Amino acid sequence: MQQNNYKVDSNFEVNKSPLHGLWALTNRELKKWYKAPFILIMSLVQPFIWLALFGKAMNISAIFSGGSFNIPGLNIPKEILDQLGKEIMRSTFGTSDYFSFLAVGMLSFITLFTAMFSGMSIVWDRRLGFLNKVLGTPVARGVIPMSKVLNAVVRSLIQATIVLMIAILLGMDTSNITIFGLLGTFSALFLMVLGFSSLFVMLALRSTSWETQSAIMNLLNLPLLFASNAMFPAAFMPEWLQPIVKINPVSYATDISRQMLLGAPGMANLAFDFLYLGAFAISLSTIGIILSWKFLSK
Amino acid sequence: MIVKLRVNKLVIVEVQGLTKSFNGKTKAVDEVSFEVYEGETFGFLGPNGAGKSTTINMLTTILKPTSGTAKVCGYDIIKQPSDVRRSVGIVPQEYTADEDLTGYENLVLCADLYGIPRSVSKQRTQELLKLVELEDAAKRKVDTYSGGMRRRLELACGLVSRPKLLFLDEPTLGLDVQTRVAVWNYIKKLKEEYGMTLFLTTHYLEEADSVCNRLAIIDHGKILKIGSPNELKESLGGDLIEIEVKEQGEDLSGILRVLKHVKEVRKNNSTYLVRTEKGEEVAPEIIETIRVRGFHMSKISLTKPTLDEVYLEYTGRKLREEQASWEETMAVQRTLKRARA
Repeated sequence: MQQNNYKVDSNFEVNKSPLHGLWALTNRELKKWYKAPFILIMSLVQPFIWLALFGKAMNISAIFSGGSFNIPGLNIPKEILDQLGKEIMRSTFGTSDYFSFLAVGMLSFITLFTAMFSGMSIVWDRRLGFLNKVLGTPVARGVIPMSKVLNAVVRSLIQATIVLMIAILLGMDTSNITIFGLLGTFSALFLMVLGFSSLFVMLALRSTSWETQSAIMNLLNLPLLFASNAMFPAAFMPEWLQPIVKINPVSYATDISRQMLLGAPGMANLAFDFLYLGAFAISLSTIGIILSWKFLSK
Repeated sequence: MIVKLRVNKLVIVEVQGLTKSFNGKTKAVDEVSFEVYEGETFGFLGPNGAGKSTTINMLTTILKPTSGTAKVCGYDIIKQPSDVRRSVGIVPQEYTADEDLTGYENLVLCADLYGIPRSVSKQRTQELLKLVELEDAAKRKVDTYSGGMRRRLELACGLVSRPKLLFLDEPTLGLDVQTRVAVWNYIKKLKEEYGMTLFLTTHYLEEADSVCNRLAIIDHGKILKIGSPNELKESLGGDLIEIEVKEQGEDLSGILRVLKHVKEVRKNNSTYLVRTEKGEEVAPEIIETIRVRGFHMSKISLTKPTLDEVYLEYTGRKLREEQASWEETMAVQRTLKRARA
């Protein structure tokens, strides 16, 4: 009969907690990001370009300034037109310059885009065999999608912080920023990325083709962005679009950030915004974990 | 450990009526039952799509069986999947290491997934890297590794939890002969070091012959024959002795047929074909018998049945039209590509 000649180093407890392996798997994903400076920089270049080009080029407040228009024959003094322009800006965007308005929308944009990629990595793990390896270890099934979601949360919040710093450097209105406002903003972004990355992980659970996954991403990313108040105030959108904007969680995250960072009047009150986003995040992440139990064990 | 005692051997894997059907119809594994004993090397032999990997995936709880069950290391694969996963190691057919991480990082990740505390895993990782001779490459990213190095890393990953039972799915697929021999030397060394039971699948018959204590030939989801390599070979009817006698005329069949161990004698002109067990012992006797009767032989040859013949006998000689699933084919192609990189 076979002798059991294991070397004696078994004086330890194996971690059997249902969450063991969560940090190991999350850190694996994060390593691909922070150990590859090129990818890290590229993921920040895009929002920077958007902020610098889009935000600065669409200098809407200049259109409404006294130097750019006048009514022939009336000769209204430039100061009055300037004042008028400021009021129009304020009543439209809730702040006197479009750049600040857009910068806050950009925080939602970067968060949304990072969340979308979390599904992609599960497809790659399946294709490269890594997923099967993890399924053969004692890691709980639910931990696998949780690590993807957690990775998206960490990444997007760091990216949002950098985008916010760039925006402030480029001249975003900081007169209303408070610690409380920052905390509120980041909680809103947290809830948004939690919900969306759970959604995209869920869509990828059974998928073997990354083409399908990227098609889904391409189909959803711009509509989610434009059918929200991230780029343009919802109140001025056509009526048929308004209900879509009102159910889009991106709108609520942006609404919270705008109220809390710029002091702008909101689409809804803060309590409702948080309630809506919270319900979105909790329901999708719960469904995601339940589905992964079902679908990851074939 | 809860194991049944049977024929004086500890049963480490006990499979009963295990079945897996995909999409409700095609049965990839069909009512398979067998046992694996502790400490042995047990091999699954069969063509592509025979159900080898599906069976291993069920035993390692990656796939759920459609019906039937199995006990692995004393745990039920359906009721206690976490306990099964904690007590077995898997070296999959594919290279599953994360290519963006280093060999060392991959091993530590494996240990983390088994819940082994870092204080233990750091030392264990070093020990394993040394054992599979990847110490020098440990700090390099896996995408710079050769096929043999990747396979050794997979081996180390499979061993990090010190399993009692190690599953090896095509451990030498796509490797050249030198690397194959080297990988087997590692496996043998590790088996001795840790006193493991090995459960493997392979395509290479000479590998199965030299390594396995017992073999199961599987095709179309069913086990066709099970036994030691020698038992399987003998099941074909034993060795073949061919004799050519110079003198024609008299029929010697009758004399040869009564010799011990001889099963069958056929005469073809002056050539006799003798089917027998223990060919080495029978051949001298035949020579003696013929000489005593005053005949002379011009030729004698002894052929032992090879595992190739056994394999073809049971799985048929027909070329196969049916293929494994797309997913499986892609996986094999990827493995081959990376093995040869």
